[in-house]
Amino acid sequence: MQVPILKQGPYLIASIQSALSDADLMQLRDALVRKVSTFRSRGVIVDVTVLDVMDSFASRTLNDLVHMIRLRGADTVIVGIQPEVAFAMVQLGLTMEGVATALDLEEGLEFLDQKLKHKGTGPRDG
Amino acid sequence: MRKNTEQSMARSSSMTPGSGHLLSELVSHLRENSVMLREEWARRITEAELLMAMSQEEIFAEATSVYDNYVEALETGTLEALQAYARNLSERIIPRGVETHEVVGIVLLLRDVLARSLFAKYQGDFDKLNRILDAYEPAANRIAITVAVGFVEQRERTIREQQEAIRELSTPVLQVRERLLILPIIGLIDPHRARQLTEQLLRGIRTNRAKVVVIDITGVAAMDSHVANHLVLTVEASRLLGATVIVTGLSPEISQTLVNIGVDLSKMNTVGDLQGGIEEAERLLGYRVVSIRDAVAAQPG
Repeated sequence: MQVPILKQGPYLIASIQSALSDADLMQLRDALVRKVSTFRSRGVIVDVTVLDVMDSFASRTLNDLVHMIRLRGADTVIVGIQPEVAFAMVQLGLTMEGVATALDLEEGLEFLDQKLKHKGTGPRDG
Repeated sequence: MRKNTEQSMARSSSMTPGSGHLLSELVSHLRENSVMLREEWARRITEAELLMAMSQEEIFAEATSVYDNYVEALETGTLEALQAYARNLSERIIPRGVETHEVVGIVLLLRDVLARSLFAKYQGDFDKLNRILDAYEPAANRIAITVAVGFVEQRERTIREQQEAIRELSTPVLQVRERLLILPIIGLIDPHRARQLTEQLLRGIRTNRAKVVVIDITGVAAMDSHVANHLVLTVEASRLLGATVIVTGLSPEISQTLVNIGVDLSKMNTVGDLQGGIEEAERLLGYRVVSIRDAVAAQPG
């Protein structure tokens, strides 16, 4: 199951549609990291609303993804983690240190806009 | 436990052969004299100052139906109808403050009233009186136990329901400003309550789209390391939902616990008191609270 990656202004939005296998996750990571430079994106949003399980591999892959994208000059925010999933994750010690999270897509976009404003470039002008 | 008593009672009543026709004689005696006996019973209830929460008419109405159910239970030897009636009666009278001793008292009074009438009727024939009482007593005792147990069970159920309600109420998640929730916690936190608290908070964050949450634990005197750990997990889980948690009002004992279990305190956002916490939350949300007088004074013209 491939994850569609949508370009929205200076941002990329990866909206996960169903449960993902480990291979799918790695593919998503590689595709996002590649497309960030293709589109010269400033921010990335990964929407995990539909996921009702988040195992250690998934959170590690997302963690790696965030840090790789940061190295390529963009910010990432994970949005839509379900309450039950969030609590299960912290119980397993998967706290995603240093990864920005937001409630949903709207919040994620706002977060990235704020971030861009701080950097001095106006939001969504690229 | 109750089943056992019932079974053993059932056995003891069916054990004495020949008690059948004595019981039916007894029942017809009670039916014939029902009006007189019921009045006598109601009078003795009033005399003993039982059921003071109910009016005279109510007592008489209840006495009538209890009496009929009682005689029927004696006749058929089955307790289902009486049990159902006892449950129903308890439901009605518990909220009015009727106590266990009153319920047990009135049932025992009825037992006494009926026994007295038997004494009066068979006073000439001591042997027959003996046999009638042999048949009557186990059945009457069984009925008394059924009613008393039914009442106590209903009471326990009421208490359980109230406990559940109190637990629900004990962890309110309140929205005080757009995107700002507060969660005041008062009293002891046991693992069950801690779990419920987390659930309600995380759900509250989602439904209210909260960005900042202030958890005020001024009213919590102490917590064990398990609950403290749970609190830390809740803070982290909230962060995954995109909300910042500020914990306020940590008592010296709780601070000690948190330090002892080695929580990474850089992850915990703590402020001294609730006011400070709300001010910090407003700052994070970009609000600035200004007194109207100052605002007017600052306006030119």
